[in-house]
Amino acid sequence: MACHDLNHDLNIPAGVRKIVLAGNPNVGKSVFFNAFTGLYVDVSNFPGTTLEISHARVGSDFILDTPGVYGVSSFNDEEKVARDVILGADIVINVVNAVHLERDLFLTQQIIDMGIPMIVALNMVDEATRQGITIDIKELERLLGVPVIPTVAVKGQGLKEVKQAVAHAQRGNSLPELEEMLPLLQQKTHSQAEALLILEGDPYVAARHHVKPIDRQEEIYLARRRRVDAIVAAVVKETSTGASWGTRLSRWMMQPLTGIPILVATLWLLYEFIGVFIAQTVVGITEDGLMKGYYEPFIRNLISPWLPPTSVPGALLIGEFGILTMTVTYVLGLLLPLVLGFYLGLSTLEDSGYLPRIAVLVDRVLMRLGLNGRGIIPIILGFGCVTAATITTRLLGSIRERRIATFLLAMAIPCSAQLAVITSMLVRLGHGYTILYVILIGSILVLTGTALNWLLPGQPSDLFIDLPPLRWPQPVNILKKTATRASSFIQEAAPLFAGGALLIGILQVTGLLAALQNLLAPVTVNWLQLPKEAATAFIMGFVRRDFGAAGLYSLPLTPAQSLVALTTITIFVPCIASALVIFKERGWREGVIIWPTILLLAFFIGGVISHILI
Amino acid sequence: MTLDKVKEGQRLRIVALPGPDIRAQAIRFGIAEGELVTCTDIIPGGPIIIAKNRQEIAIGRGLAEKITVKPVAAPAPVKSLARRRAYGLPRS
Repeated sequence: MACHDLNHDLNIPAGVRKIVLAGNPNVGKSVFFNAFTGLYVDVSNFPGTTLEISHARVGSDFILDTPGVYGVSSFNDEEKVARDVILGADIVINVVNAVHLERDLFLTQQIIDMGIPMIVALNMVDEATRQGITIDIKELERLLGVPVIPTVAVKGQGLKEVKQAVAHAQRGNSLPELEEMLPLLQQKTHSQAEALLILEGDPYVAARHHVKPIDRQEEIYLARRRRVDAIVAAVVKETSTGASWGTRLSRWMMQPLTGIPILVATLWLLYEFIGVFIAQTVVGITEDGLMKGYYEPFIRNLISPWLPPTSVPGALLIGEFGILTMTVTYVLGLLLPLVLGFYLGLSTLEDSGYLPRIAVLVDRVLMRLGLNGRGIIPIILGFGCVTAATITTRLLGSIRERRIATFLLAMAIPCSAQLAVITSMLVRLGHGYTILYVILIGSILVLTGTALNWLLPGQPSDLFIDLPPLRWPQPVNILKKTATRASSFIQEAAPLFAGGALLIGILQVTGLLAALQNLLAPVTVNWLQLPKEAATAFIMGFVRRDFGAAGLYSLPLTPAQSLVALTTITIFVPCIASALVIFKERGWREGVIIWPTILLLAFFIGGVISHILI
Repeated sequence: MTLDKVKEGQRLRIVALPGPDIRAQAIRFGIAEGELVTCTDIIPGGPIIIAKNRQEIAIGRGLAEKITVKPVAAPAPVKSLARRRAYGLPRS
């Protein structure tokens, strides 16, 4: 049974009441979750997916958040996770956007049809009033058959009432059409919710009960849609529909003539914040000042009396690539501020509703690279961390799109850590080389995408997305999101870092590093026309791309050589963490093809540029 | 006619949507077959934006070519410019 699995997977003690927050994307669920749970929240990866589920114990209750979905079924990973969490719920708090009742009540009615006791939090009622929408809450309550509480979650209004109303949660009025369909299956599944999902053709739930899915989905969906539209017609009165500032801004964001300048300005702001302020000013303080100035000398002094840095274990612990020196400095001094800055920017973009509009703007261009507009999301994410971005390729519609996006990410998108090092090298070379570098990497991205779109059989799937209303992001929400994401990222990255540093350290103390340098000399010296030591940078690039770029920093290179080296290292194989994710997401066979292909392409393209320039 | 041929501000009825997955998702968004919608925006060479009340959906051009629609006469003229824009009507 699903509920049994859920208890086991998320470590929920038996006998507690499971309260699940459910709702469409961007309705403010997380604000409710934060308000109900306070500080101590656990975030777990949901089994079999990389989606995170926040959950917390509050008294004798267990509160779980779910990904925002438009309905419960198995269209994508988000829905599968939301489905299993909702199936295991004792009570559902359904958060509904008062401005978008027609869309949001579809999920509400579906949860009612599942027969789960619930209450509805009618959120953003202030926004609805401002837009001239009045909702007859008593009538809505009567028609749905469940308590409805008006709230303005971001201002804390109605949260207490929602908490109190949980005690009055009820099974609502399900669709009359279901009365004759459900009973037969219900005997077999012992659950109205699972019986409903089987009737709606959910193959996973059907397989769990060893029955064939019954395809009455469209019939039930249409009946539900009719009922929701009737409810909305009965309870919503619109007095005026003034075109707001938001409507106009939304248009400007999507029309190329205005949308491209807005996008460029946004990216420039992000670059100023992450690439200049965080990567240079903040990292200057944390990495060079704090870590290299205080922490590293301190730990060296502490360890060296026992294990001198000249000994093998000493070199591994506190040497050039030491686990206690380089790893700690990199993770805390460099990576942490960058990742925090990046997720801060990303969460702001996400919460404002701008991302889907960027997807509309770039849809036409991305279709040529074999992706639709949604493909821009992993690409933007990739500039933060290619590893995290590769995971989000799951939101793309088809395997073909995931393949193309993964390949482009691994090849032509430098991550924030790498960008920081690359930027500081480009600054030394001047504007001309910077522009040349951007053009080079941009053309490689476009050419690769076009080639993949042409080579792989099939067509990109078409864009079909909901445009949520634009709104001001809520600082508390953004900070909390940033903190959660950054901490889970660091938890995953730190052990990989330590492992990588250990590997390079071993290569160094055993003399293998020098041997590899000589082995690679024909490629580095003859083909790329770089000094022999550049090979170390490439070997380090296996561990982390930015290690590689950092390795080039100290080499005496001419401007042309620098450009060749930077281009090669940008295209060069992804870091261990993202390589592992590629293998995990795309399988071993594909991973084994992607990896050497990119490696060869990096040296090939680098060599071609070298022979043109030098 | 198909959705990619409509003009901005045009009111239309959705006649046919391709494929069960697209249909199911469309019903959730509230734009099932038979529904009355307005085309509020057309991105040159790119997606078509349609709206039903406050719900806005972006539809890629390729998909728009596969959606059959029937133009519907516009309702009584709306005078205020702000309201015209809210309804997705052209300026004049």
